[in-house]
This record gives sequence, C-alpha cells and structure tokens, in this order.
Amino acid sequence: MRCKLFSSMDASLAKILLSPTTCTGSRGGWLNNAFEVKINRKKFDVLGRKSKHDVGLPGVSRSKAINKRKDTLLKEFRLKNKANKFVDRRFGEYDTKMAPEDKILQRFALERQRTQAKKDIYNLNEEEELTHYGQSLAEIEKLTDMVDSDSDSDEKGLLSAELTASNFGGGGGLLRKKRPGENDEDESQKHKSRQELIEELILKSKQEKRERQSQKEEAQELTEKLDQEWKSIQNLLVHKTPKAERMEEPEKPKLDDYDVMVRELGFEMKAQPSEKLKTPEELAKEERERLQKLEADRLKRMLGDVEENATQKQSHLSADDLNDGFILDNDDRKTLSYKDGKWNSDGGEEEGQEGEEGTGGEEEEDDEDGEDDGSGVDDEDDEEEEDEGEGGHSDLDSDQASGAEDEEEEENDEGEEEAAKAKPALSEEERKAMQEAAKAELPYTFAAPESFSDLKALLDGHSAEKQRLIVERIQKCNHPSLAAGNKAKLEKLFGFLLEYVGELAMRTPPELATVNIFIPQVYALCQLFPAAAHKVMQSLLGDSAHSMEESIEVKGRAAFPGLDMMIYLKIVALLFPTSDFRHPVTTPAFVYISQALTKCPVTSLESLSAGLVLCSLAVEFVSLSQRFVPELINFLLGLLHMAVPADTCTGTYLLVPPFKQQGKASKLLLLSDAEASNSWSRKAIPLTSVHRVTASTDLEKDHYRLSVLHTCLDLVKRCTLLYRQLPSYVQIFQPVRTLLAKHLPVQSYPSSLQELHREILEAIPETPSKHAPLVFEKKKPIPLKLLEPKIVLDYGKKRGNTKEERERERLKHKYKKEFKGALRELRKDTRFLAQAKLSDIMSRDAERKRKVKELYGSLATQEGEWKALRMKKRK
Amino acid sequence: MAPSKKSSVKQSEGGNSEISYKKRINTKTELLLQSRRHANDIFDVLEYLQSEKEKEVIFAINACQKIFCALLERGDLYVGQLPSEEEMVEGDRDADEKYHIFIRHRYSNCVELLLDNIGHEVFQVKEAALTALMKFAAAEGQHPLQKLEFSNHYNFPLELILVIVRCLLSGTEDMALLISRFQEFLEMDDVRYYVMSSIRDTITRVMDRNKRAVMPVFQNNVFTLLTNITIPSQSAEINNFLIRQEGKSPLLFTFEQTWLTFLKYKLPGNMYKKVLVILHDSILPHMNDPTLMIDFLSAAYSVGGAVSLLALNGLFVLIHQHNLDYPDFYKKLYNLLDPSVFHVKYRARFFHLANIFLSSSHLPVYLVAAFVKRLSRLALTAPPTGLLIVLPFICNLIRRHPSCRVLIHRPSAADELCNDPYVMDEEDPAKCHALESSLWELKTLQSHYHPDVAKAAKAVNQPLPGLEDDLSKLLELTTFELMERDLKSQSLAVPLEFDPAGGLLKSAKEVLGVHFSLE
Repeated sequence: MRCKLFSSMDASLAKILLSPTTCTGSRGGWLNNAFEVKINRKKFDVLGRKSKHDVGLPGVSRSKAINKRKDTLLKEFRLKNKANKFVDRRFGEYDTKMAPEDKILQRFALERQRTQAKKDIYNLNEEEELTHYGQSLAEIEKLTDMVDSDSDSDEKGLLSAELTASNFGGGGGLLRKKRPGENDEDESQKHKSRQELIEELILKSKQEKRERQSQKEEAQELTEKLDQEWKSIQNLLVHKTPKAERMEEPEKPKLDDYDVMVRELGFEMKAQPSEKLKTPEELAKEERERLQKLEADRLKRMLGDVEENATQKQSHLSADDLNDGFILDNDDRKTLSYKDGKWNSDGGEEEGQEGEEGTGGEEEEDDEDGEDDGSGVDDEDDEEEEDEGEGGHSDLDSDQASGAEDEEEEENDEGEEEAAKAKPALSEEERKAMQEAAKAELPYTFAAPESFSDLKALLDGHSAEKQRLIVERIQKCNHPSLAAGNKAKLEKLFGFLLEYVGELAMRTPPELATVNIFIPQVYALCQLFPAAAHKVMQSLLGDSAHSMEESIEVKGRAAFPGLDMMIYLKIVALLFPTSDFRHPVTTPAFVYISQALTKCPVTSLESLSAGLVLCSLAVEFVSLSQRFVPELINFLLGLLHMAVPADTCTGTYLLVPPFKQQGKASKLLLLSDAEASNSWSRKAIPLTSVHRVTASTDLEKDHYRLSVLHTCLDLVKRCTLLYRQLPSYVQIFQPVRTLLAKHLPVQSYPSSLQELHREILEAIPETPSKHAPLVFEKKKPIPLKLLEPKIVLDYGKKRGNTKEERERERLKHKYKKEFKGALRELRKDTRFLAQAKLSDIMSRDAERKRKVKELYGSLATQEGEWKALRMKKRK
Repeated sequence: MAPSKKSSVKQSEGGNSEISYKKRINTKTELLLQSRRHANDIFDVLEYLQSEKEKEVIFAINACQKIFCALLERGDLYVGQLPSEEEMVEGDRDADEKYHIFIRHRYSNCVELLLDNIGHEVFQVKEAALTALMKFAAAEGQHPLQKLEFSNHYNFPLELILVIVRCLLSGTEDMALLISRFQEFLEMDDVRYYVMSSIRDTITRVMDRNKRAVMPVFQNNVFTLLTNITIPSQSAEINNFLIRQEGKSPLLFTFEQTWLTFLKYKLPGNMYKKVLVILHDSILPHMNDPTLMIDFLSAAYSVGGAVSLLALNGLFVLIHQHNLDYPDFYKKLYNLLDPSVFHVKYRARFFHLANIFLSSSHLPVYLVAAFVKRLSRLALTAPPTGLLIVLPFICNLIRRHPSCRVLIHRPSAADELCNDPYVMDEEDPAKCHALESSLWELKTLQSHYHPDVAKAAKAVNQPLPGLEDDLSKLLELTTFELMERDLKSQSLAVPLEFDPAGGLLKSAKEVLGVHFSLE
C-alpha cells in the first residue's frame, strides 16, 4: 500500500523512505510528514556505493538536540550561581515511573518497618533515632574511639569526625555534653568570622595530629622495650634460639668474589662507541679529497668573475607579458608568513640572507667546534704535562710543525719523564740546582701582550726556539675558548707578531732564522682569525706603499723597500692565495711589487739583490695562475742590460724606466775580471744582501754578480715557461732574446750560466708563432621571446604519498571538521540559552500580568460587591 | 780727520761688547742726519757693511737704508754727472757742492757694498740688502740723480735696477729663494717692465760672453725670475706704475721679447721641460704674436722623449687657435710613442692631448689603426695605471673609427693562422701594416695580474658598447690609489692559503728560496 503511495516519487527516494519503515516501526512517526524529510540530492548514481547521508531529518535531529540541551545545558544554567542544592532523599522522590500513590504507600511502609525493627524489644518507648548522613549518631559516637589516627586520613586533610561533629552542624551538637564554661566560648566564637573559624580549626587539627604522633611513638618505644625485656627473659626460659633468628642466617650468604666482580663490571662505565680508526690509506684519501676540493675552489677564484657573466639565465616570460620590463610577480613581494609562531614580517629576500648567514654561522660554528675539540685536547695535554712538572709543547700545530719538531718534542717528553722518575732520589744540592734551573726556565703562562712593546719585552733576550715557545704559550693561554676577550687579544697578537717579524728583519744583522721559526705560528694565527690577519696585512702594505708614493711624488723615484717588506710580501704569499683573480691582500701586494719594480732605480749591488727578491716573489705569486706581469720582464731585461759591456746595443731593444740605456749604474753587472767565472760556484744569495753586500774584494763582487746573473737568467727561464701560452709571447720576450743572443758576453760566464742561456734562447723562437686573428666571442643568438604558458610539470602531483603524510592529512582534516562542529554546537548552545532566558522573562512577565489582572479583578469584584451593597442599602 | 775717527772706532770696537754695536750705529745715524758736521761717520757705518758678523751687517744695512733714503729726500746727493773725488778737491766748488759730491760718492760705495752683500751666504743678509736697494730705487725714482733734459722724461733708476737684476741672475748661485722674495716688487708694473728689459740685456750680455754655451745655473735663475713675472689677465689693469705715464703699455711687448730672447739660446734638458710645462698656461696667452714660438716648439718637439711630449701642448694651442700647419704632425706623434710614455710624469697630459688629437673623425683609418696597434704593443710593458688608461683609450679609438674594428674582429679570416704583419720599427704609420693585424696584445693582457686591467682587456671580446669610456678619471690615477681600492673594499670572506706554511722559504711553489738563503 505504501509503495503505491510513493510510486509517484522518484525511485531512490522511495527506496530510502521505504527501508526504515519496513525495518523499524517505532520510527514511523516522522515519516508521516514528508515535509520533515530533507533529501540530499546526489549528482551521480554510483553503483554499489552506500551512503548514510542521503536523507536528513532536520526536524527530528533538532528536537533531539533541544531535548538533550534541556537535560544538560538548561539544568546547568538553572543551577548556575547556586552553591547548594536540595536533594530530596525521600523514597522514590526522583523515580518518575512510580505513581505518586505508590510512593506514599511505600514510604509509609518503610516508616512502619523501621519502627517495627526495634533492636530493643523491651524498650517500650518509641525512641526516635537521630541520624547524620543517614547514619545513626549513636553509632558514630561509639566509633569515635575506633577512628585510628591514621596518617592517611590526616594527609588527606580530613578532619576527624569528632572535630566536625563539634564544630559543624549536624546532629552532633545535640549529643554532646556541654560544659558550663563552654557556653562563653561558644558565644565568643559566634562573633568570629567564618575564615577565622576555619583557621582555628586547622590549627587544632594539626595540634591533635602532633599529639597523636607522639603518643604513637611512645607506644612503639614501650612495645620495643617490652620485646627486648621479653627476649632476655626468654633466653632464661628456653635455651632454644628463636626460630626467627635462625631463619635469618641463610638469608645472608657470604658474597662470592665472582658475584662482586660481576656486579662491579655491571656498574662499570661502558666504553663509548667512537669512530673507527681510519687506516692510513683512508686518511690519505680524505686528505687528498680535501685538497682537491680546496684546489677546485682556488681555481674558481682564479678565474674570477668570468663564470658569473657566462651563466646568465633567461627568465621565464609569461604569455601575458607585455615585454615592458614590468614584472608583477616579483619575488621581492612581501608575504605574510609565520615562523615558530611569530609573525615573520620580513620578506623572502631577508630569509635568503638569513639562510646564508645561517649557513655561514654554522660553518663558523663548525670551525669553532673543531677548534674547541683541538683545544680540549690541548688542555688535557697541558694538564698532564703540568702535572708532570713540565709543560709547553702540545700538538696544536702538529700538522704544521715539521717532523723534526715532533721528534724534539718526544725527546723532551722522554727527558721530562726521566726527570720525574729521578725526582724522589734527589739530594739537597741537586734540588737547589733544580730550583735555579726552574728560575731560568720559562713560565708556563703568559698574559697576552697589550702593545707591541709588551711583546718585545717578553721576547727580547731569549733564543729563537724559546721565543717560539713563548709565543706558542701565549697563544695557548689565551685560546678563544677559554675566555671571552681572548679572541681580540690573539688578533692583536698577530699584528704585534708581524710587527716584531718586521723589526727582526730590519735589525743589523737581520735575524731571519728567528723569523723563519715564527712562520708556523703566524700561519696558525692567520687561519684562526682571517679577518684580523688580512686587516693587519693590508695596513702594513698600505703604509709602506704610502711612504713610497710620497717619495715618488717628491723625487720621482723611490728607494727599494727594506727587507721587512720583502719578508711581509713573502708572508703574504704564504698566508693568502696569490692565484685569486681578486683578493683583498694579494692584489695590493701585486701592485706594491709592480710599483717597486717600476719606480725604484737600481743603483747599487744591494738594490740588485732587492730587485731580484721582488722578481722572485712576483714569479712565485704567478706560478699557479700564470698571470702576466709586464714589470717583471722589464726589470729582468734591465738587469741583464747591466751585464752588457759596450754601447753597441743602443736601439736594438728599448729599456723601460727606471732603467736607462746609459748611465752610472748601467754597467753594474759587468764582470771586472773574466777569470772570476772559473772560481765561481753556484750558491744561494743571502737575503741580507738586500741591506748590505758583504763582498769586498773584486773577486767576491764578481762572484756575487755571477750569482745575480744566474738568478736573473733562471727567472727569465721560469717566465718563458709561464708565459708560453700567451699570444704575444714572442713580442714580450723579443727584447730579452735580442739582448741574450747578440749582446750578452756569455763566453766569459761559467758553464751553468751558458747552459741556462742556451735553454732560454731555445725557449724563445726567433720568428713569431702564428695566431688566428681576433674575433668576438661567439654569442649565443638571442632566442625569440617565448610567449607560451608556463607549464609546471608536477602540478597534478598528489600530495601525501607516504603513509605519514596521508595520516597527517587525515588528522588535519578531522581536526578541521571537529573544530567546525564544535563551533557550530557552541553557537547552538548560546542560541538555546538565549531562548531559554527569553522564555523565562516572558513567562515571568506573563505571570506578573496575570497576577495584576487577578488583583484588578478581585478589586473590581470587591468594588462591584461594595457598590451593589450600597445600591441595596439605598433601595 | 777721517782716518783718526776710523781708528778710534776700531779701537772701541775691540773693547766693547757685541750688543753695543747697535747703540753705536744708532747714534751715528742720528748724528749723520742731524748735521753735516758728522758726515764722516758714514765711513764707520759702511765699515759695518763688511763686517763678518751677520747681525751687524743686517743692522748696518738697515741703518744705511735709513740714512740714504733721508738724504735722498733732502736732496743732499749730487745731481748730474758725478765728478771723481780728485776732481772734487781740485775744482773750485763751494762747500755745499763738495758735501753733495762726497755724499753721492758714499752712496755709490754703499750701493756697491750692498750688491756685494746680495752674494752673501746668509739669506737674511741677502734679503735685507735687496730690500734696501729697492728702497733706494724707489727714493731715486722720486728724486732723480740725473739731470732731466726733457721735462717729460720718464725717470726710473734704470741703472740701479739693472745692477740688481744682474746680481739676481747670478751665474754661479741658485737665487730661487731671493727671487721669490723679489716677487713682491714685481707686483709693480714699472718694476716688472724694467726688470724684464734688464733681464733681456743681461741674457744677451752673459750668453754672448759665454759663447752661447749652456749655463744651467744662470738660465735657471733667469727662468725663476721670469716665471715670477705674472702678467695680469687684462691689459687694462696695467696702470699700476710707480711713475705714471700716458700712452701704450709696452709691457706685453717686453714680456714677449724677453721670453724670446731667453728661449733663443740653447737650453739645458730639464729647462726645456720646465719651460714647456708652463708654456701653454702662462706664456702663450700673454704674447702678442704666439706664432713666434713656433721655432722654439718645433725644436723642442724634435728633441724626442718627454720634451716632445711636453711640446705637444704648446703646439696644440698653436694649431688649434693660431692656425698653424705642422707638416707630418701625426707621423711625429706616432714616433713619439715608445715604452717611456707610460712611465713619465706627464703621462696624463700626453694621453689627454693624444685623445684630443685623435678625436677627429677625418683621420685616415690606417693612421688610427697604426696608433691603436702601437699603443697596444707598448702596453705589453706598461704598469697597471698606464694600462688602465690605454685600454679604454684603445677601445675609444676603435669606437670612433668603426673601420678599425677589424683589429679586434676579423671574421673573414677567422680560421687562418698568420704572423703578426705589423712592423713595429717602421716609422711611417702608413707602411706599418697595422690594419692587417689583430690586437693579440690585448688578448695577452687579459691574463694580466691586476683584475681591473684584465677586465678592461676583456672588453674586446665582445662588440664594444656604443658609449665611449670616460678617460678623465683614469688619467690621474696613481698606483697608490689603485692599491687603496682593494685595501678599502670591505670583503667579508677572505680566502686563505690551504697549504700549511712550515717556514719562510718552504712553500710548495717556492722560487725565492731557490735563489736566496736565510742569512
């Protein structure tokens, strides 16, 4: 029948409506009204998919919700701000199912029962039992003694029943015997406020608790005493040992050595797993990889900015681009973002910077970590060594220090050990001698020098090796990890050390051996503080260049820089990479050398030496990068010209200032006696000859000249090797070739020089090599602007491929749903409450109106009656 | 009468303390000026002029100045042809006249002594003597010592100025300091005028006497004096004469003549440079006819080297403003280019001028190409500062003359290897085959050690952008400034050498240690 009824409706609805009716008859109520049904229309019918939500019953669910609220929320609302509640404990008071008459009957029956079940049958009086909390007060009275002063109950802060009974209402007061004195107290208590009362109560309970405790202790003591006394008596009574004591003995067996050992082993600290030791091959491999990486970096820097220009990316153009250079979606637009719960007000750029800085910082940290590690080791070493009574050497610089030094260290250590062993058997005299030795010995800690003079004062008067030790100890005592200000101190130390090195070089005679010893220290400090080191180096170069510049401005020429500057330049080459395309230290150093080579005239044997040192440095600087130094070739040509005897050479090659074709100094390298070349043997020129050439006799001078010539030719040879690839190689070396081939008196020179001479001539071809003419670099043709849409390949990529991601997504979704639901419920709650309030007010108003009406009504009837009465009377 | 007094002075001189000489000179001066009776005291004062103590000499000079200026003003000096002292005694003259003649003689004695003192070793003495003489000159101008034949004759103590100038232009001593002191008198137009004519006289006299040989000190003094003569920019200002005179100002004419006279003779090498440095600035603009300098400039231009470079400036002014036609100017300019142009002090000036000379778009291509090729060849020996000038210079030339672009871009023969056809030794730019060459030198310089130079050289790898580089900032760049660029740049990361240093001469790429030892 029903089916027919709904046959006009669409099939699905019919089905839906049909199924519940057939299943549950009880829920049929809502179906009577088709308007209470909300049907969620489906767009597509999917076969086999079950859906719960295609029919909604808004009316039903709403009424359900309202009922539920009435049960819960409304009740809460009614009880709001009400501390007490009235609980009716009468029988069946809250039982709605029970009919009121039944209730009354039952209650009466119970009443009867109670009176019937009298304990004391003989008690004829109908005694009324008083209760508190549904318990007989008489019972409680009896149990008070039983309430043990359990610490548990005390801790919970419960008050004893007695206290409660005496202080709070309930029926307790009735039973209590009042003493006459207590009345006053009660009266006075009445005046106290509730707060005070409670405080008093607490005090009292605490006091009681203390008393109870002391009582308990006393009782325990007493029992113990009793026990002991009993034992003594028991011994007398029975000769058998009590069982309990006998049982104790086997419980404590003697500890086995093995067990002890096992336990000890168990507690012993376990060895921490460390990185496995590397084999020498692995170490070598790692070192090689590190070096390869560094070398790759160096090469990149050597090539300079070339790469940067080559790799210019063409940015994408959208199809809507007007090609006017205006880009809407600029990356620098600031986006609102949150970071760690804070509003990140800065844009992406800064983030990038931060990122960079961050990485930089990390690197630094890494470095520092490394240092710290190192220092940690050092510190340990230090301590150990100091324990032994000796100190000093550490392996901080072991990588830099040469093997010889290491050996020395070992020897020293051995010596120290021996000394330590021998110590106990020392006589007085020996002890005295040792004390003196200790006085002569260096102290182990040094304060970092605050000024150059401080450092000088520290170092003066010590041998080179000791000076090195002092510097090393200063460095160690002030390691940056030890105190905050140490970094600045060591940075200063670097400057002072360099200054000291310069001073050593300028002494007469120069103490270059000491300088040499300081080099590892300088290198280590530079590695620690590159920024400070490059500042110091720059200022040294700048100052010297400035003074040279001034002299050039005044006189048009300058004297060669002193040995200190040569040493500084050499140190530059040791500390900084000279092959970089641009470097804040080495580039100025290059310019400095160039300036010296072009502006300082060679007038003496000393300046020959100085010039050659600079030339060697220049060759050294460019040995990796093979960069072209014109001044170097000019200078070498000029020097070789000094060895040409006659003025035949004029015009065949051109000299570049500061050299002149003729002049006082133009024959400086001419041998005074050709015989000198027979006795000459090649040996290195001392660096001190920059300041003073020791040669006094003509023969010695000739030997010196030959050495200079040898160096000169060797440098030329190195240059030819370096510059072989340059397109103008022949043009550059043409003057040198002409000079060497036609004018230099080679025959009078020793064979090694002749050999060099021949090699150079072979290296420089007479006829220029062929080159292809210059053309511009082939540029990639500029592609047409591509106006096609940007295709992002991974656009459709599904998120949440991994399990975790899926779970995350799910939870996120759930949370969102729940959140929304909760919000909705809360709104509904408030709406409900508002309605309830409104209805309250309305009902109140209606009541009042009704009452007023009633009053009016009664008054009206009264009036009416009274009038009627009066009328009656009148009638 | 006189000798006795002299002796008394000498006696007292020995006995008295040093301070008393002031008092004595002062009293003598007062006495002299008070009455003629003490006229002989003048000898004592003159005596002091020859004293060995400089303080005394200075004091005496001041006293003499005071005395004779006063006497000149009084007219106590004999006017006219001065009779000798013997004549004075012989002739029948009254005492007054005799006195005048006597004083006049003492005056000329004094002048002689002062001139001697100009050659004194101590500068203070020289200075005092000079100022005293100039005071005399001023006084003489007011009260001429010659009889005026014509009423309107311009009287100026010409002879006095002449002797002063002669002294200043000493042939043995550098008088630069004194001349700079003398400059204050040269502010006066008439002094300037007469000094110039005196200089001219002196030059002719001295040079002829020395048979036209080079006299460095003398010529140096002349030059210093001449450079101190500044001509006001407008001729209207030249009316600051000590003695007023109507008519044309002969100043410019004299100025021109003096310079021409000076430059007529052979000059020492550095004098050429000095003259040429100031020539275009302070000489040529004041000449009536600057073309008269052509001889001098052509001679200087053909000297060669730095002198030629400097002569360019003057020549430029003549060519530019006075329509000078200089044959083979560019050929000579081309030949001026040698390695030293990058090293001389006047590099900036040279390139500035060369830039102007080569800015004409009417120059033949072969010429510009020759210049470009030669400059780039020379750049192989240049210091970085020179390179930073010459590389943009070359690029600018190629920009101005697009037909020169084949020097850096010759796609037609891109694959054919060839020798450099350029002939460096050829003097004629037309025959040096520069146009057939390529600038391989710039390719070489791309691997120069200085990053800025390498970058500048790399400009030829790409087609040059249209705008010319601005040379003016680069011209005055010094090496130190170049260095400071790198020293002052704030670089955050400083790469370090990763090879650990074991010792001073123990690095991986050691060259220094091969030849030198630590000793």
